[in-house]
Amino acid sequence: MISKKLKHDPYNLIITGVGGQGNVMSSRIIGNMLSSSGFYVTIGETFGASQRGGSVMSHVRVSSKNVLSPQIPLGMAHMVVSLEPVEAIRVLSSYGNPDVKVICNTQPTHPIGVISGRLDYPSQEKIEKSLKDLSSRTWLFNATNIAMGIGDPIFANIIMAGALSAAKELPLDKNNFKTSMETQFSADKIKQNLMAFDHGINMVNSQ
Amino acid sequence: MEKISCLMMGNQAIVRGAIEAGVKVAAGYPGTPSSEIIDTLSKTAPDIYTEWSVNEKVALEVAAAGSFAGLRSLAVMKQPGVNVAADFLMHLALSGTRAGMVLVAADDPGALSSINEGDTRLYSKLMGIPLLEPGNFQEALEMTKWAFELSEKLKSLVILRTVTRLSHASGNVITGEIKKEAKKAYFEFNGNMLDPLTGIVTTIPVSVKHSLQHEKLQQAGEIFESSVFNTYVGPENPELLIITSSICNLYAKEAVDVLNLDSKVAILKLGTTWPLPSKLIQACIQKTKQILFVEEIQPFVEENIKVLSAGFPDKFGPKAYFGKLSGHIPMTGELNPDLVIKSLEQIFTLELRAFSSSYKKKADKTLENCTPAREISFCPGCPHRASFFTINKVLKLDNRNGFTCGDIGCYSLGILPGGFSTIKTLHAMGSGTGLASGFGKLSQFGMDQPVISVCGDSTFFHSGIPPLVNAVHNESNLTMVILDNSGTAMTGFQPHPGLSTGTGGEPAPEVDIEQVCKAMGAATCICDPFDLKKTENILLELLKKKGVNVLILRQICTLSPEKKGKKYFNILIDEQKCKGEDCGCNRICTRIFSCPGLIWNKEKNKTMINDILCTGCGVCTQICPADAIKAKAC
Ligand code: SF4
Ligand code: SF4
Repeated sequence: MISKKLKHDPYNLIITGVGGQGNVMSSRIIGNMLSSSGFYVTIGETFGASQRGGSVMSHVRVSSKNVLSPQIPLGMAHMVVSLEPVEAIRVLSSYGNPDVKVICNTQPTHPIGVISGRLDYPSQEKIEKSLKDLSSRTWLFNATNIAMGIGDPIFANIIMAGALSAAKELPLDKNNFKTSMETQFSADKIKQNLMAFDHGINMVNSQ
Repeated sequence: MEKISCLMMGNQAIVRGAIEAGVKVAAGYPGTPSSEIIDTLSKTAPDIYTEWSVNEKVALEVAAAGSFAGLRSLAVMKQPGVNVAADFLMHLALSGTRAGMVLVAADDPGALSSINEGDTRLYSKLMGIPLLEPGNFQEALEMTKWAFELSEKLKSLVILRTVTRLSHASGNVITGEIKKEAKKAYFEFNGNMLDPLTGIVTTIPVSVKHSLQHEKLQQAGEIFESSVFNTYVGPENPELLIITSSICNLYAKEAVDVLNLDSKVAILKLGTTWPLPSKLIQACIQKTKQILFVEEIQPFVEENIKVLSAGFPDKFGPKAYFGKLSGHIPMTGELNPDLVIKSLEQIFTLELRAFSSSYKKKADKTLENCTPAREISFCPGCPHRASFFTINKVLKLDNRNGFTCGDIGCYSLGILPGGFSTIKTLHAMGSGTGLASGFGKLSQFGMDQPVISVCGDSTFFHSGIPPLVNAVHNESNLTMVILDNSGTAMTGFQPHPGLSTGTGGEPAPEVDIEQVCKAMGAATCICDPFDLKKTENILLELLKKKGVNVLILRQICTLSPEKKGKKYFNILIDEQKCKGEDCGCNRICTRIFSCPGLIWNKEKNKTMINDILCTGCGVCTQICPADAIKAKAC
C-alpha cells in the first residue's frame, strides 16, 4: 500500500513559530499530503490562549506502521521547520540532536520583552551561527519577504512546505501538493499557493 | 476493499462518531479544547440542531430535553464547564435519560489553555455516571458512537472524557456508516410515574431512583468487562504492567518502544474507567508483580484499583504499585513520553537515556544567550490592550490603590505584563464581578480602595449577570467594565446572545447588554476603548461615583472575521520627532504600551512600525507625547 519509504520510521518533524503565523496551516497541509500517500500521520498541537503571541509548535510524526504519541520524545526530532529564527533555537534545545536538520525563515518577530527593551534579540549572524552549530544541515532564507511579494505573509507557511519537499527528507512532491490544494481552494488562490510552493523549492535547491 | 483513512483532529473524530450515531441535538459553551466539536457540527451537519448555549448548565439542559423527547443528544464543554453544569448533572444522573445522551468533557492537563487543572473523571464517581476515555483517534470516533448505545441501554447519561492532546491532535481515522433515521420529537409523560420511558422525568422518589442508579452502574460494570476498548498488549507474564487510560496510552507505548522494553512490560489500556471492569483488572494484575499507573490528572484509576485490591486480597496479593502516589509519576501537570520513560528508567534502574550531552549543553547555552523569552500578550491592535492601558492609568491617577478583578477570556492576559499587570484577582467565569461585589461592601470595615471588575461580552451572559444583580440589590460600590469585542474571541468567535447571529450564522434576536444593565438599575455608558482620552475621562468619573456603574468598552476583536486584515490607518513614524531614549517620554510606546506592531530599534534610538504585524488601530498615535507616531487614513 505504501510505495514510498521513510528515511526514519517514525519520522519526527517539528514546525514552530509564533502564535498567529499560521503554524497549524503548515502542519495540516504537510500532514494531509503524507496521509493521502498512505502513511500514518500524527500531529500534536495546542490552540487557545497559548497562541496569543507566544511560541507555538506542531509535532508531525510520520510512520508506515502506526499512530504515535502526539508529543515527540526529547532530543528526537529529525527536522525542524521554523517560521521564526529564535523559535528554531528554542525547539532545538529540547528536541534537537547532532543529526537534526533545520529549515528556517529568517524574519524575526520580536517578543514584547524585546519591544519594551528588557531583553535583547540576537543578531542575524549570531542566529545563523547557532543554528548551524546545532544542526547537521541548515537552510535559511526570508520566507516572509517572499510571501509579502506574493501578497500576504501567510504564504510563508506554503513556502516552508515547498522548502521541506525540496529538502527530500520526506516523500512530499509538488503534484501531491497540487492535488491537496485543488480540494480546498479556488483557482486564483491555487495559483498563488503553487507560486509560494515553488519559491520554497527554489530557496532550498539554490543553497 | 481496504478502507481509506483520513487525518482527523480528535475533536473531529468525536463529531464524526456522534454523526454516525445519529445524534439530533447538540449544545455546548465554547472552551478550549472542546470548541471545535460544536463549531464543526454547526457547519457540517445542517439536519442536527446545534446550539451555542448561554452557559454549560443550560447546554446540558438543552441536550437533556432532546434525550427526554426521544432524540439522541450531545452536550459539550471544557472541564470547568462541568463544574458550572454540575448541579443539573447530578440530578440528571439520578433521573436518568431516554434516547442516548453523551456529555463530552474536555480536560486540559497542564492547563495549556486554562487557569486550573480539573479532572472530570471524579464527577463520574461522585455522581454515578458511566465514564469512557478514548485512547487514540480511532477510538475517539468509535467510543463516541458506542457511548450513545450504552446510554440508551442503561438509560443513563454517559461521560466521554477527552484531553487537550487528543482533542487538538490529529491522526488517521477510518470512518463508518452514518445512521440516517428520521425521528419525531415527542415528550411522553402520561405513563406510570416510575416508568423511565413514559412517566415523568425526575429524581423523586430519591430512594427508588438512587438504587436504580446503582443497578445501572452495576450493569455498566458488567458490560465493561468485555469491552473492546479495554486492551492488553505485551507478554503473558510481564515484569511490569502499565495501567493507563486516554492519550497516556500513546505515551506509555512510546516509552516502552524507546526503551526496548516490550518483552518485559505489558500495557493494560482502560477505555472504560468508571465503573472499573473489576474482573478484567484482577485477571491482568495476577500476571505480574509490579504495576505502574500512567494517567492524567488525578490518580483516579490508581486509587480506585487500590480500593478494589482491598476487596479481593487473595486475587490481588502483594504487589508493588508505582504511580502518582509513589512519586514515580508527577502529581500535577501533563504527561508526555519522556516522563513515562523516566519512571520506567527508575523502576528498572536503567541508565538515563543517552542524550548527546555535549549537544544538550551547547543547545542550552545557546538558548540562554540567544533566545529571548516570549511572553504571551494581546494581539497587535487588540482592543483589550487599549482598555487595560486606560484602566491601569486611571487607577494610578485616582490614587487610592484601586484594583481590578479579572475574569475569563483573552482579557485574562491583563494579569501579565502585556496587560500592564492590571488584574489582581482571577478565578472562574463571572467571579470577577462577584468578588468586586463583595469588596464593594467592605467600606464598613474601613476599606477605601475603589474596585473595578472586567468582564467579556460572552462571559457577561454566561455568568456575569447574577453578580451584577447582586451588587445592585445589595448596594455595593463597584465599576464593572464590560470588554465587549463582539464575540467569544479566544475560542474562535462563537456567537453569544448579545449578537444578531445565531450558532450557524443565521440571524438571531440580540439581547442588548446596555439595556440589560440599565434595566437592573446600574448606571451604564458605552465608549470606544480606542479613544483613550474619552475612556480615561469617563472611567475617572465613574470611580468617584458611589453605587454600581457599568462601562461598556466596545470595539471588535482584531482577529474577528469581520475585521481581520482590515486596517483603519497606515501608521508612520516621524523620525524627526521620535527622539527615543532622549525624548523624555520614557519610551512609553515600546517600553510600556508594547504593542507587537511596534519595533524598538536600539541602534537608531527610534521606535519603528512592524508593517507585517501592525493592524493600523491608531492607538499608539494617541500614546506618543511627542506626536511622532502618525496615522493616515487608509
Ligand atoms: S484574539 Fe482578539 S481579543 Fe484576543 S488578544 Fe487577539 S485581538 Fe485581543
Ligand atoms: S497602530 Fe500602533 S497600537 Fe495599533 S497595531 Fe499598529 S503599532 Fe499597534
